[in-house]
Amino acid sequence: MNKIFAVAGVVIKELYRRKDFYVLFVLTAVLTLAAGAVNFFHDEKIIRYVKDLCLLLIWVSALLVAIITTARQIPAEREARTIFPLLAKPVSRAQVIAGKFLGCWLATGVALFIFYFFFAIITGSREHIWPVGVYLEAAWMQWAMLAIVIAMVLLGSIYFAAPSSTNVISFIVVAGILLVGGHLNAIALSQPEPMQTVLAWVYFVIPHLEWYDLRDFVVYDLGTVPARAVALATLYAAVWTGIFLLLAWFGFRRKNLTT
Amino acid sequence: MKLSPLSLLVALLALAFTLATGLARRADNWSNRAKSDNVFGMLFGDGRKLFANHFFTMADVYFHSGYYPSVFDQGAAEQKEIIAASHGKKETEEDEKNENFLGKPKDWIDAFGRNFRITQHTHLEHQNEREMLPWLRLAADLDPQKIETYTVGAYFLREHLGRLEQAEAFLREGLRNNPDSCEILFELGRIFNDVHHDYDRARNVWQLGVRKFSTLPEQRQKDDKFVYEEFVVSLSHLERDAGNYALAIDWLRKAQKVSPVPGALQEQIDALQEKITSATPAKP
Repeated sequence: MNKIFAVAGVVIKELYRRKDFYVLFVLTAVLTLAAGAVNFFHDEKIIRYVKDLCLLLIWVSALLVAIITTARQIPAEREARTIFPLLAKPVSRAQVIAGKFLGCWLATGVALFIFYFFFAIITGSREHIWPVGVYLEAAWMQWAMLAIVIAMVLLGSIYFAAPSSTNVISFIVVAGILLVGGHLNAIALSQPEPMQTVLAWVYFVIPHLEWYDLRDFVVYDLGTVPARAVALATLYAAVWTGIFLLLAWFGFRRKNLTT
Repeated sequence: MKLSPLSLLVALLALAFTLATGLARRADNWSNRAKSDNVFGMLFGDGRKLFANHFFTMADVYFHSGYYPSVFDQGAAEQKEIIAASHGKKETEEDEKNENFLGKPKDWIDAFGRNFRITQHTHLEHQNEREMLPWLRLAADLDPQKIETYTVGAYFLREHLGRLEQAEAFLREGLRNNPDSCEILFELGRIFNDVHHDYDRARNVWQLGVRKFSTLPEQRQKDDKFVYEEFVVSLSHLERDAGNYALAIDWLRKAQKVSPVPGALQEQIDALQEKITSATPAKP
């Protein structure tokens, strides 16, 4: 386990040395503050559009951080040939995969915490209420979803030729699932065969990332989702993360690392 | 001949300046964007109207606190409820039933996913209607010709938020951008009648609205007869309250021609006739 944490520690250090997160955070902060400064009909109490925009930016930024950070992990180690001294130590390939995943997930978690802290400060200063439970639940669900995404990108980075292709394909897949994943069954019904069956299958075999989007509950002040549902969704995320990590390990185990 | 890089740079700058002075006047006519009076018009051109529609829909989404059909759900293309509300339509149980676009869960994924979706049909209330205003403001800026934006915005500002001056100012802005809009004139008349109790101005504005309506193409008149009915019924009520029963009857008769319930209007006419009869002194 120590070896996994050691690999993860390197990934976390890499995140705060690179500028990706800082740029995204500053962009989110500037856009949110600019939106918050706009006065509509001389009403100081209007806040939901600011929350909406800020959460959207947090979602996009967190996805960017997660995907870009993860996609370059294994290819960068291979390109710099640092993978060989790493594996020459008593570190197995499974531990490398687990360490890389854990590092990316924890690093994204730190980024997410900072984003949500900023969000809570901005909204709290306008609304004068602090629904910490709602924010924590939304952040937790987003982090659980990012675990699936990170594991999926790690799997992609083993099979795709370059980090750029992994980034693009991962973005398309994740955005596709978030936007239409939950509606595929309805779309399938309006399609002729064999498309109907194909879409129905896709609907049942994809990870349903859209469940983890609790932005509406935060924006419209609708309270928390039942804890049981959150627990089950977390278990579902853990299962999908496990599936992707196992597939990544299968691929990485047989991968020829000399290019 | 050998030119130094500095001379070449100076020559190119001089050429660019000369061309700019010659082309600037012509370039103004190449596109209408630069002439636009707001930043959105300059950035997006006519494409801004698409964004305006989206932002107007966002106001309706906020009105429902996120309970809203997506493009994949049934009922996605139905009329926006904020428009119906601004016309004073109260929601019935039947409407409520029709707006249950989710239906029964189709499978376990759908059923479980509903834990993370908003499944309660609610409307903003207790002054929270203010949360729609940014979207309506943006929609008005992006498409100043979208009349519903002004009427809906003014309705919520007046009825739900009690901001009468802002409602009137928003309508006047809409009227400046759409001088022939009957809907905006009707709303403006309501403000004069209901809020300022300035019945003469209300009468003038509504009568102007009726005149504008009569100049519309025939098909438009058929489509928008609801607006005409609102005008003439309101005018009849105004005349009735002023004691001008004969005029009130005239307006009601006009309303009967377009109303889906002419019988109910006939009852009002009969009641007014009775008042006229009772007010007329009996001949000796």
